[in-house]
Amino acid sequence: MAEKLLDIKNLTTSFRIKDDYHAAVDNLSLTVNKNEVLAIVGESGCGKSALAFSIMGLHTRAKIEGDILYKGNNIAKMSPSELNKVRGNDLGMIFQDPLTSLNPLMEVGEQIGETLYLHNKNMSKNARREKVLDLLNKVGIPRAEHVINQFPHELSGGMRQRVMIAMAIANKPELLIADEPTTALDVTIQSQILDLINKLKDEMDSGIVLITHDLGVVAEMADRVAVMYAGQIVEVADVKTLFESPLHPYTRSLLNSVPNANTEQDELHVIQGIVPSLQNLPREGCRFGARIPWIDESAHEKHPELKEVAPGHQVRCTCYKHFSFPDESKEEQHVLS
Amino acid sequence: MWKFTLRRTLIMIPQLIVLSILIFVLAQLMPGDALSGQVGPDVDPKRLDEIREQMGWNDPWHEQYGRWVGGILQGDFGDSYRFKIPVSELIGQRIVNSFWLSVATLILSYLIAIPLGITSGRYNDSWRDQLITGYSYIGFATPLFIFALVMLWLFGFTLQWFPTSGSVTPGLEPGTFEYVMSKLYHLLLPALSTALITTYGTIQYLRNEIVDTKQKDFIITARAKGASESRVYNRHILRNSLLPIAAFFGFEITNLIGGSIFIENIFGYPGMGQLLVESITLRDYTVLTATTLLFGVASILGALLSDIILSIVDPRIRIK
Repeated sequence: MAEKLLDIKNLTTSFRIKDDYHAAVDNLSLTVNKNEVLAIVGESGCGKSALAFSIMGLHTRAKIEGDILYKGNNIAKMSPSELNKVRGNDLGMIFQDPLTSLNPLMEVGEQIGETLYLHNKNMSKNARREKVLDLLNKVGIPRAEHVINQFPHELSGGMRQRVMIAMAIANKPELLIADEPTTALDVTIQSQILDLINKLKDEMDSGIVLITHDLGVVAEMADRVAVMYAGQIVEVADVKTLFESPLHPYTRSLLNSVPNANTEQDELHVIQGIVPSLQNLPREGCRFGARIPWIDESAHEKHPELKEVAPGHQVRCTCYKHFSFPDESKEEQHVLS
Repeated sequence: MWKFTLRRTLIMIPQLIVLSILIFVLAQLMPGDALSGQVGPDVDPKRLDEIREQMGWNDPWHEQYGRWVGGILQGDFGDSYRFKIPVSELIGQRIVNSFWLSVATLILSYLIAIPLGITSGRYNDSWRDQLITGYSYIGFATPLFIFALVMLWLFGFTLQWFPTSGSVTPGLEPGTFEYVMSKLYHLLLPALSTALITTYGTIQYLRNEIVDTKQKDFIITARAKGASESRVYNRHILRNSLLPIAAFFGFEITNLIGGSIFIENIFGYPGMGQLLVESITLRDYTVLTATTLLFGVASILGALLSDIILSIVDPRIRIK
């Protein structure tokens, strides 16, 4: 059995809108093992980033309930100073947009050096500089000696994301959280950055939580996948199972809406409706039910829970047993148009 | 960097030429001249016309302008019509007084604005913020000259903590310690009055910058590195928020000039602002044009200073 690095139990992260708290992450439980890439997939607004920020303790105004155990220590209950010892040291985070996530007035070297300094105040200035150069080389930045004194605006997007990664891995964190690390980059740079993360993962043997909405990235990187919808996990499986035999209607719809290069498709599947906003989230019954209206209500459970259907494969709600795509109606539409 | 400064300085030349023409023409357009107040039963108007002709006041404006600029380029602002001494001599001591008053005002207003702006921005929407914002609204709404009069009445006349006019106690030897202290003592009240009432802009500017910077992504990055809240504020938020304040500095100088005209008159402080108003009422053109020109030059220099400061502190616009 793999070693549990992160164990999230019944996590609820709620935000206050007007006078009520609304849960963006709702009673979520999840584990990340050592040496594992866990991908969290879902549409925008499903609570992926809220989850990542909860793990890092970065929410300033949210109410967090439940436990986030990192090697047995509860991050959710830590004081700010305890949290600051863990962040940047045991937990590293790569953000979505390297353009805005770097301080525009600080030299790159200073920003990476800060992570080192904060967790090892005794390190000499020269040693720190050496270490920063080493990190820049490690993330594949050419002419590190030059770049170390440059400002973020002098670097390209890909370079900036490499700097971001260097910052996140500076203290060899055991858990790396990558919040859509490639979303803001163009396709060629995307694959370079993913290769880099893969390479670093092997070197550092740490666990990675990869948050993304790109199923291509998931297929390339992940060992295990958790599919999130409306603040809940609807399906967890290892990557092979998930792509070969997805069960939950949402997972199947997601996979169906990705263009496939091997088969000829006239039309891509489009999931009906929109992600409900935080205030309008259905709190009872199957949350995805409203977006597959052709499935009879009786197919859904009243209080859907994640249930193990095979070892390591969990699915929420019983509706998957009765689900099929409304292909007939789709063909009708086709004829009409 | 040097290239940028040089280029930026060269732009000043056309600015100065346009400024000098404007000032000269506007002064010419003012009704009356230095002699129109001399009309009386024992003065022969024909004699006045003769003097006017003699002084060249009837020449076309561009000839007069040429003479004036030619003189200035040689350091000669002409003679004051009223005081019968060279303008440069008249301005000499006053420009020093005004300079120190401005420096004191600037220091005091930043001493007030920076801590208040930081508190207001860091704890935005708290009672502290509301208190400070309330103060800046009062500062915004209160006219400087009324506030200065109240300060003068309260601290100068009623409590008698501060002198009510002048820039130094008469009879002190220049250069001695007492002389310097007396100078300082005299400029404290006018400087404080201006600072208290004109600093609202900087407070609100700094507050908004901090509130804005607080929500930037790189602040989250800093927290994710494990930086403590105080470090996040001091190293990341403050540094980024003070930038626009530096850019604001030149504008501050222009503001001060406007303020000094009121303040120096109210506090009887012998500076450039007072001289300017005097020269307008006396139609003392040479003094008027010289003071206005110097104020204009100060504004242009302020803008230059802003640009240079900004180019030093902000790497994004640093020019190599």
